[in-house]
Amino acid sequence: MADGDTATQPEGSTNGAAPARGGNPFVPRGVGGDGVGLDPTAPRALHANPSVVGSSQPLAISAGTPSDAPPVLGAGSASVGSPRGKVRIGDRIFLALTRGASGFVVLLVSLVAIFLVVKSLPSILDDKVNFFTSSEWSTTAGNLRFGIAPLLYTTVAISVLAMILAVPTAIGIALFITHYAPKRVARPVAYAIDLLAAIPSIIYGIWGAAVLAPHLAGVQRALYHLGGFPLFKDRNVPTGSLFDGGVVLAIMILPIVTAISRDVFERTPRENIEAALALGSTKWEMIRMAVLPYGRGGVISGAMLGLGRALGETIAVFLILSKVSNFSPSIFSGGETFASKIANSASEFSNPESTGAFIAAGLVLFVLTFVVNAAARMIVNRRKDFT
Amino acid sequence: MTATLTAKPAPASHFAGPSGSRRFKNGLATVLVTAAFLVALIPLVWLLWTVISKGYHVVTSASWWTESQRGKTFESAGGGAWHAIVGTVEQVALCSIISVPIAILVGIYLVEYGRGAFAKVTTFTVDILTGIPSIVAALFIYALFISTFHGARAGWLVSLALVILMIPVIVRTTEEMLKLVPNELREASYALGVPKWKTIVKIVLPTAFTGIVTGVVLGIARVAGETAPLLILVGYSSNTNTDLFSNFQGSLPTLINDQFANLNHATGGTAYHLDANGNRVAGAVVNYAPDRMWGAALTLIAIILLLNVFARFIARFNKIAQ
Amino acid sequence: MAKSIEAKNLNVYYGKFLAVSNVNFTVAPNSVTAFIGPSGCGKSTVLRTINRMHEVIAGATVQGKVLLDGEDIYDDGIDPVAVRRTIGMVFQRPNPFPTMSIYDNVAAGLKLQSGRTRKADLDGVVEKSLRSANLWAEVKDRLSKPGAGLSGGQQQRLCIARAIAVQPDVLLMDEPCSALDPISTMAIEDLIRQLKKDYTIVIVTHNMQQAARISERTAFFNLSATGQPGELVEMGETPKMFTTPTDKRTEDYISGAFG
Repeated sequence: MADGDTATQPEGSTNGAAPARGGNPFVPRGVGGDGVGLDPTAPRALHANPSVVGSSQPLAISAGTPSDAPPVLGAGSASVGSPRGKVRIGDRIFLALTRGASGFVVLLVSLVAIFLVVKSLPSILDDKVNFFTSSEWSTTAGNLRFGIAPLLYTTVAISVLAMILAVPTAIGIALFITHYAPKRVARPVAYAIDLLAAIPSIIYGIWGAAVLAPHLAGVQRALYHLGGFPLFKDRNVPTGSLFDGGVVLAIMILPIVTAISRDVFERTPRENIEAALALGSTKWEMIRMAVLPYGRGGVISGAMLGLGRALGETIAVFLILSKVSNFSPSIFSGGETFASKIANSASEFSNPESTGAFIAAGLVLFVLTFVVNAAARMIVNRRKDFT
Repeated sequence: MTATLTAKPAPASHFAGPSGSRRFKNGLATVLVTAAFLVALIPLVWLLWTVISKGYHVVTSASWWTESQRGKTFESAGGGAWHAIVGTVEQVALCSIISVPIAILVGIYLVEYGRGAFAKVTTFTVDILTGIPSIVAALFIYALFISTFHGARAGWLVSLALVILMIPVIVRTTEEMLKLVPNELREASYALGVPKWKTIVKIVLPTAFTGIVTGVVLGIARVAGETAPLLILVGYSSNTNTDLFSNFQGSLPTLINDQFANLNHATGGTAYHLDANGNRVAGAVVNYAPDRMWGAALTLIAIILLLNVFARFIARFNKIAQ
Repeated sequence: MAKSIEAKNLNVYYGKFLAVSNVNFTVAPNSVTAFIGPSGCGKSTVLRTINRMHEVIAGATVQGKVLLDGEDIYDDGIDPVAVRRTIGMVFQRPNPFPTMSIYDNVAAGLKLQSGRTRKADLDGVVEKSLRSANLWAEVKDRLSKPGAGLSGGQQQRLCIARAIAVQPDVLLMDEPCSALDPISTMAIEDLIRQLKKDYTIVIVTHNMQQAARISERTAFFNLSATGQPGELVEMGETPKMFTTPTDKRTEDYISGAFG
């Protein structure tokens, strides 16, 4: 066939061991209309050998031989393309819209970070005590003395406590739903746990403060008698201790940890489960051999997401925790977290210096939750690489 | 199974069960797993029972749904939650009007167009948004509109803070739902010579519609109960204020919070309380705050659970999930 | 009006991976051409390059030419959307739009392409397309019912009706019967023989008997080893391909030695 282009053929062999690589001068074409560019270096010209054009080697038989090719019809009739050379206007507008919305979200997050920094920096620079280590908090204009040490401690302690209580329970519930309960029980149970997530945190707050905390006083007294070390040293807050807050937070993060654990346990490959059972293991051994190792990454990331939520929880902690004048590390003492401190002090946002101090606390909370969430996501993504 | 107890055991079965310790561990695990589930049900049942039993007689009075708390104190009877319901509905509605289109467009971008660096940046920022504590969102709005532009506290600022919390919820569901739409449908549409944007608008979105609506409803339910932005961005008012853009405004979460503050109010020795008209009535001092608090809590829970049930109901009609 | 297709020096890439190398063939108008070959040999890939459908997969690119009656569909400035209006496609699994009725499914292409079409015209096109797809008698009383409610074979005929409703010149079929039972398959094969009158048809099939039954010409694709690009080994008149192929590999494949 008449072929003006440099068609390429592999070198003489008949087995195609050296397949023809594109040596022709066409540029590779991007994905039309989808706005996705492609690496133009993709096709490597290996053995461009234009001398064997149209040879009758059996490798790539050109069907365009005169004997069986009908004549190409109606030269002028073909009119495939309508408006040429341009991406359609509708596609352009729509892409611009979706991209604009995404840009807005990116801008929004950047603004959050920028404003928190810009509005808190003057106050931090003006701070007469060490921002990270001091336990003072006085935001009188002109004499700023504030440090986040107790806030950081209380925030982390109450959240870790919540994790310690919630994570094992959540794993238990997730196993119950996925591997123990019969189907007709599992579904309502899963639904009930999801309901827990739908209840607003202020309701947990009033219930925890007014109903649950008085009942926990006895538990706290009993635990206090078990050991006298600082973490358990009784500070005699009647109700509203870190312990109370931790228990309520545990209930609040239970659904998210359960949901994610359930998800990964459900996805344990059938083959792994059957392999374990075929070895003669009991149900529990099967779970330890197949389900738990498979789900470990998911459970950890679920726990981290729960931790992130606990760290930032505001109103429930705000309602439950009693303020104390002297900081104590005991979990049976009261205190304030970043979030509850800020919520408590909305009335003190009277001047820029004072407000800046609270925004600084908010900034630390933002960074803290960001780090925890990023870690959770890293674990999720790494797990994805394995599956 | 008495046979196994005899001194001289019969020839061991080929199918001897697991050893005692293995069986014990297996049993223990079963007990613990079941216990975990029962333990988790306790707070759910307890909490719902508390709210319903203490709140139902408040919400069943007609005035609860029609009157505000104007002029009421913890000592005076009557009044309702109308001012709070108005505030919550208005704030959440404004938030939804802003969030829903943006979030759905972002979801579309990530699934239908998103490749390359900008898509990665967007995914990353949505991840950050997902984890932002509500108090931080509120502080940002405060820093932007009140500290910088010297605006006054008002309901619309709450809506803006809620936008930050709502967008990631809807983006995520939209993404998931669009990913569920089989590629074959897009291909079928392209093969008919339909441009990409029309394929998305006319084929992909309708297919994922119910799923996206479910996500929107869940997003609304998520922000309707948020309290932290309310504390910082708008003052609580016991009067009905329909204006989102000026003055304080009541809302269900802050109504609860306001009653909570009076929960253990020590009342003086004057042995009277106020009736619904504010007249002194002789007799024991009555604190109406707890009733109102649980009533408002029940109202809020009812609204949010109804939204959740509604979302699940819609999800049933999801064409792709079947 | 049916048109001819000619592929010249076609190389298809997925990213940097060369999936199909140096394919040349010609398809006459109003003919049925079958692409056969073992899985992974690139026959579907080549089919998708004929109406630029492969481009919807990220990273897929093409070198070479595909000429429709002499006009290169890959020419600069050619709108892939317009190409697909001219060259329709039917897929492996029936994929009616789940949110649409039978009527709307058939009308989808016209409605979505132009936006405005008169109802009476649309009615005519829908009926004509459904008749051409041998489906009219079965669905004429339930045009407003969802398309997803039909049986698999009916759904596939619905998809064919949908494809021909936009009056393409060429119809590409990617294993259109692989998800169907034998009876539905027969119905589709009958339909293909009829459609030949109006369209140029290229069909990918893994079923050699099917290729022998319905096609005039057959192209055999193969790949020499995993990781190597697929290639067009041989193309010729179907009877000849199945009796006296030129290439040893075609013979091996036809006789069941591999694949």
